[in-house]
Order: sequence, then C-alpha cells, then structure tokens
Amino acid sequence: TKPAHRMHAGPAHIGTPRVASPSKNAHAIMHAPPGDDHSNVMRSMPERDRDFTPVTASMVDRHVLARGSQDKVVDNTNRKGKEERPDPIAPTPTCTSSILQEDPQNLVRRASITSDSDAIPADVNHHRVDEPQAADGTSEQVVRHHPNKARGQGTLGRSLANIPSANTIGIPTLGSHNQHDCRESKRSSRDIGTRINQIIPEGGFVGNLNNLPKARFNFVPHREVGLMTAVYLDEEFGMPCISMTPAGIIDTAECIRQMQERVGKWASAPPKEKVDHEPYIDQHTRSVPQAAWSSRSIDRQNSTGKRAVIPGDATHATAMTKIPSREMGIRACRAGTYCKHDAERSNEQVRGSRDEILVTDDHTEAGDTIGRVEPPAISGTQMERHVGKRLDTPRGVTSPPVHIQNFPSGYRPSSGYEGTNQIADSVHNPHTLGTEDHLLDILGGHDTEAVTESSPIEQDMLIRSPESQLGSSQIPRSVRGKTKGKTEKSARQNGITNITVEVMYAAREILGYS
Amino acid sequence: MKRFETLTLERETGNYHTSRPISCVARSHQKIEDSSPLVVGTKTCGYSPQNAPGAMIYAEPRYAMAESEEGDIPAQPNDHGESKRLCPRVIGNRDPSVIARTGTRTTEAIKMDLEGMAPKPESEIGIPIVVARANGPDYAPTQGEDTAPAAMAHRCAERYVGSVDGRDDHQPVQSSLPAATECPPKPVMVPPAGRETNPPPVLPGSLPPMVASQPNSESKRQSVRVWGRLPAQSYTALPSLGAGVYVCGVNPSSSRTATTLMRRRKRRLIGAPPPTGPDGTRAWIEKTRPVSGVQTQGSRERERQVWEGSKDYPDSVRGKPVFLTGDNPLEASPARSPIRCGTIVHEIGIPYMDKRYQAAESAPLRDTCRHMCIPMPRIAEKPDNYDQIQRMRESRPDLAITGTANANPSEARGIDTKRSVESTSAQIHGFTNARGVPRPVTRPLRRNDLGDLGWADLVKRAGDNDPPLAQR
Repeated sequence: TKPAHRMHAGPAHIGTPRVASPSKNAHAIMHAPPGDDHSNVMRSMPERDRDFTPVTASMVDRHVLARGSQDKVVDNTNRKGKEERPDPIAPTPTCTSSILQEDPQNLVRRASITSDSDAIPADVNHHRVDEPQAADGTSEQVVRHHPNKARGQGTLGRSLANIPSANTIGIPTLGSHNQHDCRESKRSSRDIGTRINQIIPEGGFVGNLNNLPKARFNFVPHREVGLMTAVYLDEEFGMPCISMTPAGIIDTAECIRQMQERVGKWASAPPKEKVDHEPYIDQHTRSVPQAAWSSRSIDRQNSTGKRAVIPGDATHATAMTKIPSREMGIRACRAGTYCKHDAERSNEQVRGSRDEILVTDDHTEAGDTIGRVEPPAISGTQMERHVGKRLDTPRGVTSPPVHIQNFPSGYRPSSGYEGTNQIADSVHNPHTLGTEDHLLDILGGHDTEAVTESSPIEQDMLIRSPESQLGSSQIPRSVRGKTKGKTEKSARQNGITNITVEVMYAAREILGYS
Repeated sequence: MKRFETLTLERETGNYHTSRPISCVARSHQKIEDSSPLVVGTKTCGYSPQNAPGAMIYAEPRYAMAESEEGDIPAQPNDHGESKRLCPRVIGNRDPSVIARTGTRTTEAIKMDLEGMAPKPESEIGIPIVVARANGPDYAPTQGEDTAPAAMAHRCAERYVGSVDGRDDHQPVQSSLPAATECPPKPVMVPPAGRETNPPPVLPGSLPPMVASQPNSESKRQSVRVWGRLPAQSYTALPSLGAGVYVCGVNPSSSRTATTLMRRRKRRLIGAPPPTGPDGTRAWIEKTRPVSGVQTQGSRERERQVWEGSKDYPDSVRGKPVFLTGDNPLEASPARSPIRCGTIVHEIGIPYMDKRYQAAESAPLRDTCRHMCIPMPRIAEKPDNYDQIQRMRESRPDLAITGTANANPSEARGIDTKRSVESTSAQIHGFTNARGVPRPVTRPLRRNDLGDLGWADLVKRAGDNDPPLAQR
C-alpha cells in the first residue's frame, strides 16, 4: 500500500470508455460495482453529450463478489447485443475484476460464441496502467482487431487513395478541448489539400477501420492516446506517423512541413502532386492568427522575463512550456509532466525552455514546489489551480484532467493557428491580472471611496442577536448580503426591531431564496 | 402502464446506474470537520471522491488515500506495519480528532480486517480510528454514507440519567486524549429531569450546517429539544447517549446508524418520515413531540400556512406526470410533497430501500396518494438502467428526475429533466425550507418549453435507435 493523494490521471476503467464511447455504434460492458460507470456521468455532464453513453455496467454485487461473475457478463453482453445491436461490444474489466481474478479473454470468447456482435476485449491491467495508457491500449486493441479480421476476409483496403489523405489518431472523448482541436486540424488539412481519411475514435465507425491503410500517413496530435495504435500501423502496414502536437506557431509550421514531406514520400503520381506549403505557413504566421504579432506588441513586453510553473500531461506540459518560452518570452522556472512513463521524452523536448524539471504525479509535491518557488503565474491542471488559489497566485488551466470548464460552447482549440491565439490569451491574462491593480495604485486610478461604498441609507435601530449573527455567517457569502437585506426589510415591514434567528427564518420562509 | 392500489416495491436488481458509496462517505466525513478520512482502495476508489465534486464544481475534497498495489492483493500479514506507516502521513499537519478509515470493495474483496487493524495504531498515535465500510457491491451510495455516522455511534459517550446503570458492554470508554479535545472522556452524569418526561432525541442524518440549526429552532417552538446529531459538526461534538434517548432520522438513508443506535446502544426509534416538505415536517414533529410527553400544538396550522405561502409552485405542477429514475439519494421522500401538490408520479427508482426503517415514509406516501386520488407510484429498487429508460419514455412524463448520467440525454429528448443529486445540496428540511422541495423540482417546468422554440428535441438525427418523442 502506498499513500496517494489526488491523482492527475484517472484509473484505467475511465480510459477504455473514452475510446469506446465516441466510436459510433460501439458499446462497452463494464464488469464493475456501482459507480464505476462514472465515465457516463462525465460524458453527459461536463462534455454535455446528448446521447446516452454506450457503456453499461454489468453489476458486481455481493453475489458476484462471493461466486465470481459466472454467466453474468456474458449474458449482459448478449442482451446488449440484442437491445442495441452494437458493433463491436467490448467487455471491459475493472480493478474489481483483477481482484476477483476474472479472465477477460475468456469472457470475450464465450460472448463471441453466442453474440451476433463482434466482441473485443479491453484488456488492461488496472494496477499497471492509468487512464491515458488504458485509452491508448484499448485503441490499439480495437484497431488491431479490425484490419486483422479484414485481412482474413480479404476486405483490407490497401491501395493508397489518389488524393492524399491522413488518419488522425487519438481523439478520445473527455479530452481537453479535443473536439475543437479536431476541428482545427480538419480545417488545416483541408487548407493544405490533405483529406482526412478517418478519425479515431471520435465519431468513427469501427467497421471502417479496415480502410485505415488507404491513407498516406497517421497523425497523432496527443502522445498520450494514439501512439500505440500508430506504432502498430507502422509495423504492420508500413504507414509513417507524425507524432507531434501542432501547438504554437513554430510547431504548427513544423507539423505542416512534416505532412508535406510524408505526402511527397508516398506520391505515386508524377510531380504535379509535389506540394509546397511554405507560402501557406508564411501567410499564417504573419497575418492570419494574431498570436505572433500580439506577443510582440508593446504592452506584452511586460511579460518578458516573467516566469511560470508549468505541469501537465505529456502533450500540454511540453506545449505550454515551449510556446511561452520560444514565442512569448515567458520562461518556465519549473516544468514537467505527471505522465512519468513518458517523462524522458518530455524533458528532452523542453530542454532550453525551462530552468528545472518537475516530474511528479504527487500533487502535494507539485504544490510544495510552487509554494517554495513562488512564481508569478501557474499554468497547469485543476490541481495547480487549487494551489494557486490557496497561494493567491495567478493561474490558468491548460492541461487535463478536465473540468466542466474545459467544454466551452465557443470554439477554443489549443492547436493549430487558432490555437495559438487561444494560448496567447490564456498565458497573457494571468500575467496581467495583478498588473491592473498595481497600475491603479501607482497612478491613483481607484475611484474615490465615498462613491464606491454601498451606503447604508437608513440609520436603523435594528438589534441583531448573537445567534442571528452566527446564523448569518453560515449563509453562503454570495447570497449573504441579499439575505440580510431581505431579513431587515421583512423586520421593518413587521415593526420588529430585534432580529433573532427566528426572524431570519421567518423572513426566509416568506420571501424565499434570492 | 400498470397502476397499483398499494405501494409496491419491486426489486429489479438490474444493471443500475448510481454513484459510488465512497463519494458519499467522503461527503459524510466532510460534515465532520475535524475528521480525516483515509480511504483504502485502488486508484478507482480515490478517483470518485476526487472527481465527482471536482469535475463539476471547484471543490477540493478533503481526504487521504492509501492506494493498494498489485502486491497487496494476497492480503499481507504485515497490515499493521502498513497502517503505522500511513497514519502519520495522513495526519500530516491537520491535527484531526479522528481518523475515519474507509473500506472499499478492494478491502472487501481481499478480506482486509480493517476493524482488527485499528486498535493498535489508535493507541500508538493517540487518535481514535473509526472504521466505515463503503463498498459498492454491498452498499448503495447513501447506505455507504450512512456507515460513517454508524461507526461514530459506537464512540458516543454514555450519558446516565439518574443513578448509574451498568455500563454497556460494547461501549469502549474513551481513552484520555491528549489536550485540545472537549469530547467527554468519561460517562456524563446528568441530574434526573423528572422521570424522563422529556428525553431529547438524537437525529441521525447528514444536513448542511445551516439547515441543521433550523429544525432546532422549529423544534424549540414546538418544545422538542434536540440532543444532538450524527454526524455532528465535529467529532468532539458527538452527542452522548443515555437510556431513554430516542433516535429519529432526518434522512431516509440513516437506517444503519439508527439500527446501530437501537441495537448496540439500546435506544428507541421514533418512526417518522424525514422532515422534508411542509407535510413531512408536520408529520415529523407530530411523531417526535408525543414521545417527549408534550402535545403537538399548531403544527397543522403551520403546515397550512406554509402551503399557502408557496401556492404558486403546486399550481404549476398539478396533474403533471413525473418520473424519478434510479439514482435518487433521498429515495421516496422527494416524491411525497410533489404528490401532495397533485403531480402523478409514475415510478420512483432507488438503489436501496430499508423497508422497515422506511415504513414511516411508505405510510404517508400511500396516504397522500389516496388523499389526492392519484395512483400509487411503482417503486423500483435497483432498477435496470436500460429498462427503466424505456419505461420512462413510454410514460411520457412532463418532468423526469434522473441521475446525472441520464439527465442531459433525457433533456435533449424533449423531457424536462432535473438531476436528483441536487436534492443532496438543496436545503429541503423543515418548514423554513418548504420551498426547497417544490422550487427546484419545478424549475425545469418553469423554463421555456423546447416546443415553444419550435423543436421536439435536440438530438442528432442518427436515424437508428433513438426516435424522438413527438411534440407534445
């Protein structure tokens, strides 16, 4: 047993549904006690999905604990097959299954015999992998299953399409701004003349996976999920892969250049296919997004030399360290990822952009470091946002784990050229938060006190009993003023001068909540 | 749709959706402000209390976790060493009055003896360790929440009225704690106040602090003294219990705490529905006061007053069909006041219902239905998620109260929907908060109907398994 506190990456059984649910028509049967289908709650609430999440919990209750699941999972798999005709069904184990030492492969084998749907096991060990690793693993397993099957059936799409196309791999649900990033990447691809063959898993039909090899290359924008799949496709079908996050002006340009190169590499047709995206890159760096210019604009010079602490997952920690450092003059005093298994590469990527490394999945360690270092700003996960609140440090959230605020209605990608604008804003805003007050202080810009204080108009003779004052203090701050006002109004209306707890409650009853 | 003449409870034991007991335990421990919960389980177990409030609101749940690793699966004989190692880290710089060791399905599955492991570290570090088991396979979420105060019930000091009775064998006398605690370390002698004419009840059930003080005020008006609550606001404020002390729940799920108090501590239970809504509050007062030997005065008049004051809400729901799906922390009681307002509740889904403890709620529910000439709702325990959703769509309710995972999909399909979990944070107990029941429940109905905007629903036309409901 080891002490653990809040975790950055969730457990494995959240990772698997992140790949299963966005696939059209897939369904996961989770072998779990009540509450493990929390991914349903996440997808429905923060992500505001309008459909019922295609994850069903095959309940582990006390009978299952005592006797093992026996036929339950298989029966549920078959039942779901009839009810909703999904394809495929993925019986998903959870940590309870490993503790009960159930064999997912066996469950799948039995289910395959009786069910019409394709049953694919999501074989992830909950003690060894966390959420992104499980998502990555599941994605690879699903993808591996289909081309193999197709090859057996002779339906594998091997011939390259004439128009260059690419697969985007690794857009699971519940990612940070993933939907927007996906849209942005589609837009950019269109701009440079590369079609999108398939996107995995978001909105993809698992049945189409046999056509994956038709694309010229695979694009993996987020390392945490998708890399294993791309590696498999490279080994099996020789498909090259671009594993790079197009975030920030420099890396977006680099990404486009790499795409240009991959497309050219596989060009079977004569030179008319030779592409040059440099003019596109040039135009987009100078004028289309505001980021490059705004970072150089005069008032933003105040940010130069500022420091920040930047933790996050592998993708975002890297991006959010490189971009401010290379493009905005803001250097990371501490940066690093909580994805410890990928730390080496992350550290390599950000060399030169940060002073010291902070690789940890212990949020108290991250918090202590921030407390010690006292940076002017923090750019990290929700955990660090809490730390920033506690230490009164300007902070922004730029990395998963996700929160309901990471699903804005507006278009907020963090990659591509529009992403550079969003990032620029999110980096500059915390740095200017303190400046406002600071300048107002220096220039004497605050409004005069007499005007700003809300004046107590009547000199009232109301006496407040100590209990009622204590009661007041228990009212949430946001409604305290209004509630007090209502109580006093009600007291005056009824000619009461002594405000006791009873008077408070009576007012509440009559006038209700604000 | 079948209608029932008597209140029928059907246990479906299907694949039901609900939240994890652990997150409710965390909630319970948060109420006890000087407690330090230590959850023993896997990453999964830690994820829930962290994520559930954290992903939706900006809460920072206060708890620590001992994460079991793969090597822990065959239960180790060295569990004590582990405890000794972990407890100081858990305490850290918080200085808690109690450590609440919370078991999960992990500890259950590997048969970890949490109770057996507690006494030794307790004597070594000098802080009481209380064990609460909250595992999903055995408990519904609210049952899990209930295990925390139930565990604390054993730690309440004895209170003797009159002469010293023999000490209860099960009562571990509080070890003398180092300074700073006001917990009565020894049994408290209280001079007899007549022959128990007014034994004050102890109220099990979690309430927000502001609401917790309100029934006190109401009860004072009606001369019902409240002795204490479980969970109390701090461990040191746990009520002391004595012979003749009654127990009366304020939440339907406090059955375990109540039973513990009844069996182990030999207290008597007042069977009353939870004091939610004007009718529930009146019934609760009517049941608690006679026990104290005082006649009820004017509680019916008070109830009438409150109904009068919130007239606009019942008017907006009268005659409307309502459906409550399975993730309902307050079980059947949120249905009672709406029925009293005239809604037709088709079905109430709950993870678990303790029939005996809840007999006090079933009776008023049945009577209210009869009084309003409304068919009895079907109560489905552990409803199968898929089947229940089909039933919900068939019944075409005007309002659905569902769990969080089904709320948005339901709303998108043109059914005005409310999340049941909001009842746990809403203030709904007592006369003062009478509007707390009808107001949030009717909020979806007071919003613009989708139909007014010209749409039947807002789901994407995939064409396959989700035909939209026709416009009403």
